Amino acid sequence: MPPKLGLSAERIENCRRLAGKVADGVRRETEPFTTVSTERAVLRLLGVDGVDEQDVPIPNRVVESLRATGKLARGAAVWLGSALAAGDSGPTEAARRLSDPSQAKGISEHPRWREALAPLVASTLGRIRGNAAERRRRLAAHPPDEEPLLYAIVATGNIYEDIIQAEAAARAGAQCIAVIRSTAQSLLDHVPHGATTSGFGGTFATQENFRLMRAALDRIEPEIGRSVRLVNYCSGLCMPEIAAMGAFERLDMMLNDALYGIIFRDINPFRTLIDQNFSRRINAAAGIVINTGEDNYLTTADAVEQAPAVLASQFINERLALDAGLERWQIGLGHAFEIDPELEDGLLLEIAQAEAAREIFTESPLKYMPPTKHMTGNVLRGYQQNALFVLTSVATGQSIHLLGMLTEALHTPLLSDRWLAIDQAKTIRTNARHLSEEIAFAPHGRIVRRAHEVLEGAEALLERIAGQGLFDALASGVFADTRRPRESGRGREGVVERHPEYSNPFREAWDREPAGAAS
Amino acid sequence: MSAPRRDPSRLRPYGDKWNDGVVQVSFTLPLPHSGLAIEAAKRYAGKMGIRDPYVTLAQPVAPEFTFFIVYGKAVHEVDATAISAEEAAAPDLGREEIDAEIAKRFGRRLVVLGCALESDAHTVGIDAIFNPKGFAGDYGLERYAGFDARNLGAQVPVERLVRLARDAKADAILVSATVTQNEIHVRHLTDLVDMLEAERLRDDLILVAGGARLDHALAKELGYDAGFGPGTTPGRVAAFLLEEMTRRRAGPGPS
Repeated sequence: MPPKLGLSAERIENCRRLAGKVADGVRRETEPFTTVSTERAVLRLLGVDGVDEQDVPIPNRVVESLRATGKLARGAAVWLGSALAAGDSGPTEAARRLSDPSQAKGISEHPRWREALAPLVASTLGRIRGNAAERRRRLAAHPPDEEPLLYAIVATGNIYEDIIQAEAAARAGAQCIAVIRSTAQSLLDHVPHGATTSGFGGTFATQENFRLMRAALDRIEPEIGRSVRLVNYCSGLCMPEIAAMGAFERLDMMLNDALYGIIFRDINPFRTLIDQNFSRRINAAAGIVINTGEDNYLTTADAVEQAPAVLASQFINERLALDAGLERWQIGLGHAFEIDPELEDGLLLEIAQAEAAREIFTESPLKYMPPTKHMTGNVLRGYQQNALFVLTSVATGQSIHLLGMLTEALHTPLLSDRWLAIDQAKTIRTNARHLSEEIAFAPHGRIVRRAHEVLEGAEALLERIAGQGLFDALASGVFADTRRPRESGRGREGVVERHPEYSNPFREAWDREPAGAAS
Repeated sequence: MSAPRRDPSRLRPYGDKWNDGVVQVSFTLPLPHSGLAIEAAKRYAGKMGIRDPYVTLAQPVAPEFTFFIVYGKAVHEVDATAISAEEAAAPDLGREEIDAEIAKRFGRRLVVLGCALESDAHTVGIDAIFNPKGFAGDYGLERYAGFDARNLGAQVPVERLVRLARDAKADAILVSATVTQNEIHVRHLTDLVDMLEAERLRDDLILVAGGARLDHALAKELGYDAGFGPGTTPGRVAAFLLEEMTRRRAGPGPS
């Protein structure tokens, strides 16, 4: 689609340069550290799984034990490899020994630990590559998906009930199914285990729940003639572990945004930006499309005023994602349709923002989020707002369209709410199919002027963030009017300074061979 | 023809004439779309007291589920003269007047904490009441000179809230409850009351709950001083806080 807004290529380039400066600063500050969740993810990738008799995950037990014995700074892999080289039969036995501090203390670095780990590393890399290939095979077996992809959420709390709702949504036309997590999960510093049937406002992300939903969606693929993308939430305190689980169970998309956790869950900025990097590396290798969470800035602060902050954050998120090895087709940058419907010309401002994002991030699958802030309980008005949202999405070529529910803010979606949303989006997508090709904007009109203003605002904000550094900028409340000091927030205690001889065999493998193979 | 007799003691819905009882309901039955399903929907509407049910939509939404929209005439009546619906008392005052009254009556700012509790991650409600920009054109509590308003955000543990309330010598706590799955919001709301009582703080605080599924009666039942439903403006909450603080300072009396 040719650009319509006449945005300055130099200005866009400058924004990217500034975002690069921001990302360099983050890397410089975070590089000397690892985190408990990063090390637990390494263990999971090496085949450590399961829970103890108190339901504490074994990866947590091992990392706590290594930490207590002063061994964690070298990286968990070093010790798992040493235990294997010393004769343990496999990761389960090695993890059992390492999870007991009195035994972990006695395990010394084995000169052949790398060799002992090599088959496990190779097997996991192969499994992840295989899953990415399987996804490509399935998608290629059907006609290309119509865009925007219709993205429906299920949130019953019970994975088996979720499956019923997900199958219904997929049959009705949903192309992506996201299982909303139990709301408390982002703050848990461990990943629950097994199939779960009770959650609050959503269903726990566990590897078994991933597997069950994946199998259900695969099962109906022949019937509906499409491969349905499975989405979960790689955010909160366990970002890298959930990425590992998703890579194993062939998820297709992951919400994956540290800034979201910092601002909306008060997770420590330092911790989560370290976690984010490794989680994005895993997602890169697994061929997963990430979704970023800029939409959330608009639910808290004013959508008209925050538009430049959304765009600035998209530039930063793009750079951080590229630095972690994700390719542009994997970077689903988020934004939202959250302007007050009573505002005169509010729809024009929405179109300006959505079109600008499309023209700036030409190769990225933009993730467009529905109205939530101005949903009032008047379900009929809400349905009308959602119609304007779909029309804007279609007219500006958005890629991933999260379906708005007419009962937003009232209750988790009913089966019929979801059907109505899918029906609405399908109808408008067909009815306005080639609208975007017919649109040219008045060259000095409101939409063009607004898009230019937002880009200029984003550039100014990026100048400020690049000058301050991201951590100081977050502390000064740059996003969503929320201040997040570097040392505050949840999970800070999980940051560990690396030993000079720290090792993470997966990072090292992906450094040697960038994950581009996944595309 | 005489004018219709309007008898509020025998109230029914109004479609296009007095007491015609016209209602629209929508629901999903776990049945595949069929003549039998439509008949089941009519029977179900009949049991809801809807005469002459007219199924305007019978839409299969999944292989085993059909969504219905039904119009009809409800036979039930209520006696509107025999009902009282309590609302939190709030004088009709503007922001400047409330600020002036707080300064005059108390000579200090009132400390108000707000949050959503425990697993509730929604900030929309509490933000609408606290953020300076407010809601529906009505400024939020942070804009008032009379309040030291502190929005603690979402997912605040009950225990932490109680500690912060004690440390800040809070005059009021506002809790927003949005998540409604499995009635979890009710449990957290009562947990807060229990802990405040256990810590002997309950009587020193005005406790207010708000949210999509809340009203004044439910909030009172849960042990709160007031409850506010959807669409509540910050100004109304501010006016209630002024009124309730004043009432408390006057001491117990005829209420």
